[in-house]
Amino acid sequence: MAKRLAVMDVERCVGCQACMFACARRLGEGGLAASCIGIHSAGGIRKGFVVVVCRACADPPCARVCPTDALRVREGGGVRLKPELCIGCHNCAEACPFQAVFWNVEEDKPQICVYCAYCAPYCPYDVIASEEIGEVAHVA
Amino acid sequence: MLPDDPLRRVLYIDLTRRRSWVKERPDLFEAGLGGTGVGIRLLEEECPPGADPLGPENPIIFTVGPLVGLFPIASKTVAMFKSPHTGNLGESHAGGRSAVAIREAGYGALVIRGASAMPVYLVVDGDHVHFRDASALWGLRSSYTVGSVLRERESGSTPRGVRTILRIGRAGERQVTYASVIAETYRHFGRLGLGAVFGSKRLKALVIGGRRSLPVADRKAYRTVYDEIWKAETESPLMKKYHELGTAINVVPLNEIGALPTRNLQAGRFENAAAISGEHLAEAFLGRRVACAHCPVACVHLAALRTPYRSEPYFYKTNMLGYDHEPIYATGSMLGIGDVPGMLRLMDEMEVQGLDVMSAGVALAWATEALQTGLVTLKETDGLELAFGNAENYIAATQRIVSQPTDFYRAVARGVEHAASIYGGAEFALAFGGNEMPGYHTGPACHLGYLTGARHSHLDSAGYSLDQKAAAKGEALTPDGVADALLKEERWRQVLTSLVICLFARGVYTEDVVLKALAVAGFNWSADELTRLGTQTLRRKNDYKAREGFDLAQVRIPRRILETPSPLGTVDEAFMRQAMARFAETI
Repeated sequence: MAKRLAVMDVERCVGCQACMFACARRLGEGGLAASCIGIHSAGGIRKGFVVVVCRACADPPCARVCPTDALRVREGGGVRLKPELCIGCHNCAEACPFQAVFWNVEEDKPQICVYCAYCAPYCPYDVIASEEIGEVAHVA
Repeated sequence: MLPDDPLRRVLYIDLTRRRSWVKERPDLFEAGLGGTGVGIRLLEEECPPGADPLGPENPIIFTVGPLVGLFPIASKTVAMFKSPHTGNLGESHAGGRSAVAIREAGYGALVIRGASAMPVYLVVDGDHVHFRDASALWGLRSSYTVGSVLRERESGSTPRGVRTILRIGRAGERQVTYASVIAETYRHFGRLGLGAVFGSKRLKALVIGGRRSLPVADRKAYRTVYDEIWKAETESPLMKKYHELGTAINVVPLNEIGALPTRNLQAGRFENAAAISGEHLAEAFLGRRVACAHCPVACVHLAALRTPYRSEPYFYKTNMLGYDHEPIYATGSMLGIGDVPGMLRLMDEMEVQGLDVMSAGVALAWATEALQTGLVTLKETDGLELAFGNAENYIAATQRIVSQPTDFYRAVARGVEHAASIYGGAEFALAFGGNEMPGYHTGPACHLGYLTGARHSHLDSAGYSLDQKAAAKGEALTPDGVADALLKEERWRQVLTSLVICLFARGVYTEDVVLKALAVAGFNWSADELTRLGTQTLRRKNDYKAREGFDLAQVRIPRRILETPSPLGTVDEAFMRQAMARFAETI
C-alpha cells in the first residue's frame, strides 16, 4: 500500500515548524529550500495554523498539467518528480489547490513530498503522521 | 565558517539616502559567532560616541547566528542600538520567526542607518530591499492592525510562514523611551526602547523573509547531533513545565516565598496571586499555545478573553492575548490588580500602543504612589485617580503615556528614573540603571543582577536563582560570592546569546553540546575560545556603556528594595555596594 502524510489534528499545531526543518534535513540539509511542508498562520497567529502537505491525490492535478511528463503518478496516489525532465514552468505549483507544491528557488524546480514521513516523529504534538492510503482516506 | 554560508552577509540599509548594499563580513562572525558577539562589534563600528539615541546617527543592528535554521531553540534575534531609555547600551532579544526569517533571507546581520524624511516600512525579500510608503500606517491606533495590514499587503513578496513582521505602535512613533518593537504579534524586542529608535527614523515596520538551504560541514553528523539535542529538549522537565503553564508558572512559587513585587513593591506577597497565577489562567483563559520558529516547547500562551458589548445582548468580542510572568507581574501584582479580565485588558492596551509592558507597569505603579503621597495631584494625572487595583484608570493612563496631554505624562513616558528626578519619589522609583524592575524580589542577588547586568535585566545573570538556591539550602550569601557568580553566569550567557540560543534551553546547550553543534555549522571552536568570547563580549558591552557615561559606582539603589523584606530578609545596602565594587573590579 502506498503511504502519505496525514494531518491528524491541525488544532494541535503550535507553529513550531520543526517538521519543515526535518523535511529538509532528510537530505542532510539545513534551512528550508528543500522542505515540502508549509506551516503558516491562518491569517495571523491568533487564529492558529495551516499545515500544508501533499495529499497524494489519486488523480493528481499537478501531474496532469506537467508539459514534460516530469511528474509521474505514483501507484496508489501521489507523484514522483523526475527533476531531469523538469523545465521549471510552475504549472504544477499553480495547479495544486493546497499549494503543496513548494518551489526550490535555488534549483528553480518544484519541491515535492516523497512520502517518506521522516518529518512525522519530529512533530511534538502529533499533528502529522504517516498513513496508508485506503478507500476511507480517499473519501475523507 | 563554511565558504558558502550566507551568515557572513551583512545587509546595510541607509534610510536617509534610501540605499542598501551587502558586505561580506566573515571577520565579524569568525570573531563573535553572531548575536551579542557580533552585535556589540557592529555597535562599536556604527555608533559614534555621544550619539543622540533618537538621532539619525544611532544605528539599529539585528544579528542572528550560525545555529539558526540548523538546530532547534536557536531562534532568537539580538537587536543592538543606543538606548533612548538609559542613554547607553540598548540590547534586546526577540524570538518569533525573526531569526529564521533573517537567516533564510540570506543574512547574518542587518544594519539600519540614518532616518527617513517620511514614514516608511522596509521589505527585505531575499536579495531585494524595498522602501515602501508608510504614511498611511503612521498614526494607526492599534499595533495589531499594522501587523494585519502588512501580512496581507506583503503576502506576495515574502514567503508565508518564513517571514517576520517587526512593527511599532503609537508609542514608538511618539518616541516613548520604552516603546517596544513587536514581532509576529506575540513576541517583542520589549526592553530599552528599540521602538522609539524605529520611531525616530520614521521606520514603521520591517518585513523580512526567504527560503534557502544552509550548508553543514558533515551531513551525517548534522543529523546525529540534531537528534541528540532534539531528544534532550523534548524530554527535559523544564521544557514540559514551560509548555504546560508557560513562564506564568512562576507566579505562585514567588508569591509563596514573598518575592512577588506587589503594589510598587510595598509588599512581596499579593493576596490575589492565585487569580493571576499560571494555573488559573491556563484553566480559565488559555486559548492557544504557540511556538517560535524551530522550537518544540511552545511556551507562548495566549488567553482568550471574551468581552461582552454593553450596548447589545449576546454580542461579544474575543481577543487572543499573550501572557507571561513578567507582564502578569507588571500589570497584575505590581499594580494590585487581581481581576484577570482587567489585567488582561490593561496588558492588551499596552500592546495596542506598543509599550514595554514591564516598564509601563512599573511607571504606573510609581505614578500611583506619587499621587497617593501628594508629590503630584489630579492636575498632573489629567484627572485620573490612579489607585492600586483600578484597571480602568490604568488603561486610561496607558493611553496618556502615549498621547502625553500633560508634562507629567511626558515625564512618565521617559521612565521612572526621569520622572522621579522631576517630581521626587526616587526612593520608590523602581529602576536599575534607568531600566524598570523585573518581577522578582528574591533577595540581594536578584537586585545585584539588575544593577550589574549589562542590560539591567533579570535575564543578564539570573540573580533570582542564586537567591532561591541560597534560601533552599539555608546558606548565607556573601557579597563577593554573589558578584563572582553573577559575573560567571553573565559571561556564559554571552556565548549562548551570541549563538542566539533561547535561555530556556540553556540546560540543554551545555558547553559540550554547543561545541558539537558549532562544528556541524563549520566553526571548529574550543572550550577556551568560547570562554574568551564570553569574557570579551561582556567586557566590550561594559566598555561601550562606560564610554557613554555609565558608572556602576554611581548607580542608584532604590530605597524601596532595602525596606520591603525579601525571602532572605532585609537587603542590606552595604552588602550591595560591596558586591557592586567587586563586580566592577573583576569584570
